[in-house]
Amino acid sequence: MIVLDNIHVVFGRGTPLEKKALAGVSLTIKEGAFTTVIGSNGAGKSTLLGVLAGDVIPVEGSVRIGEADVTKLPTAARAGRVARVFQDPLAGSCGALSIEENLALAYKRGQRRGLKLALGHHRRKLFREHIAELDLGLENRMTDRMAMLSGGQRQAVSLVMAMMAGCDVLLLDEHTAALDPGMAEFVMKLTEKIVGANKLTTLMVTHSMRQALDYGDRTIMLHGGEIVLDVEGNNRRNLDVEDLIDMFRRVRGQTLDDDELLIAE
Amino acid sequence: MSQIALWGAVELGLVYAFVALGVYLAFRVLDFPDLTVDGTFPLGAAVTAVLIMAGVNPWFAAAVSMLAGALAGLVTAALNVRFKILNLLASILTMIALFSVNLRVMGRPNVALLSVDTMLTPFYGNGLRDFMVRPLFLLVLAIVALIVVWRYLESDAGLAMRATGANARMARAQGINTDRQIYLGIALSNALVALGGALFAQTNGFADVTSGVGTIVVGLAAVIIGETLFGTRRILIALIGCVVGSIVYRIAIQLALSSDSLGLQASDLNLVTAVLVTFALVLPRLKRGVLSS
Repeated sequence: MIVLDNIHVVFGRGTPLEKKALAGVSLTIKEGAFTTVIGSNGAGKSTLLGVLAGDVIPVEGSVRIGEADVTKLPTAARAGRVARVFQDPLAGSCGALSIEENLALAYKRGQRRGLKLALGHHRRKLFREHIAELDLGLENRMTDRMAMLSGGQRQAVSLVMAMMAGCDVLLLDEHTAALDPGMAEFVMKLTEKIVGANKLTTLMVTHSMRQALDYGDRTIMLHGGEIVLDVEGNNRRNLDVEDLIDMFRRVRGQTLDDDELLIAE
Repeated sequence: MSQIALWGAVELGLVYAFVALGVYLAFRVLDFPDLTVDGTFPLGAAVTAVLIMAGVNPWFAAAVSMLAGALAGLVTAALNVRFKILNLLASILTMIALFSVNLRVMGRPNVALLSVDTMLTPFYGNGLRDFMVRPLFLLVLAIVALIVVWRYLESDAGLAMRATGANARMARAQGINTDRQIYLGIALSNALVALGGALFAQTNGFADVTSGVGTIVVGLAAVIIGETLFGTRRILIALIGCVVGSIVYRIAIQLALSSDSLGLQASDLNLVTAVLVTFALVLPRLKRGVLSS
């Protein structure tokens, strides 16, 4: 379970550019729930993920992941609980390292790293099996550098990496936004499969209203650093993209613009 | 080039192989341009020379040199990590400070190691000429150092260090304390360089405060020559490249300086080095430029 209690985040505090990124967000996510997060640029989506990941430390409020209060823990210290896939395919893996080395890194996420060989026989075999499940033929390229893979391939491998070690929450930060439509579809299907098979508690930020409704079992909308919509169950099932855009427009107090058309896909 | 000159070049190349391994750790693994080594090399020499002159066991003296080098590295890392000073500048500050420290350690600009036992003493006079014993001895040590560094970089802990240099944000997301990796890596790097200094003092019979000038360029030259000759694909190959690159560099310099037709003299060493490194750095780019056009 994840509990965010009255989270306040302020950037550039005390400067003329001071910006309140999150203004008292409280959110409880049940174990095994798949929650999608939408909102316009600057709504606080990424900050919300940052607060969970440890990249952003709130000025007020508390963060609980699993049984632990992680409010003040830096990213590395809570990595054992948090698995992530970034928007930028280059951000979530080491381009200079091989596929199997990246997997070895992920295999030890949040654990002590000793002097044992990172790529022993047993691990190599295990990693190969996991990558073979992707059906992308990458199992024959285990020693290739990650940099040689396409964006979609990297995101697919990143998803495998995310589940190499256990986690209390999986954070997906618009992880299909940088991909072409076909690959985005593939990565989303893969996401659904992995999340389902491992019953992972998942938070997915997306720009696409379609994605937000098609996947997961709960959707929240952020605006101006606050949660303005929170739907699940039947209410959510009866919602379509039009309704969502309608609500989106109402909270923004504006008419439809390009941005909204873009996210409606 | 005479046979003795050739062996001499190999010997010096092997001394600087330790510098190359250290530079590889900082520059290539951690992506940390560390100029501290210009100060740690003479520091290693100074500590060893002073300790040996005080009657300390030469092996133990070399170990203390490594410790001193590691400490110097920690200072640079702290300036960068703790006080957020740009890595390059942080290392320059330590390097400058070390010049004074080295003078303090020795009490004068140089110390001669004449008629005292060194690590090499037991190996002399076993049928081999002295000028051959030194490079062979160094080769064995360099291989040991290479294997230790290689095995470390292939471990989980070493992989964490490589990830820190390759993608720090990703490393943190994987639970790696990147600050700690920088401390560790720069300390390790400078320990190796100081060991190079210690071996320099023991094989050449003196420690000099000015012997550090250009250490970083020489180390980098070895790394780059190694990469050009062997490629960078695998860690072991890259490390072997560092050692061989260091030797090749010394032989190339020796050839350039001893060739009458070029008209170079010993004092042109730094200029030749700079030109050589520049070429090694620019060459891959030129090659790419030709290919793409």
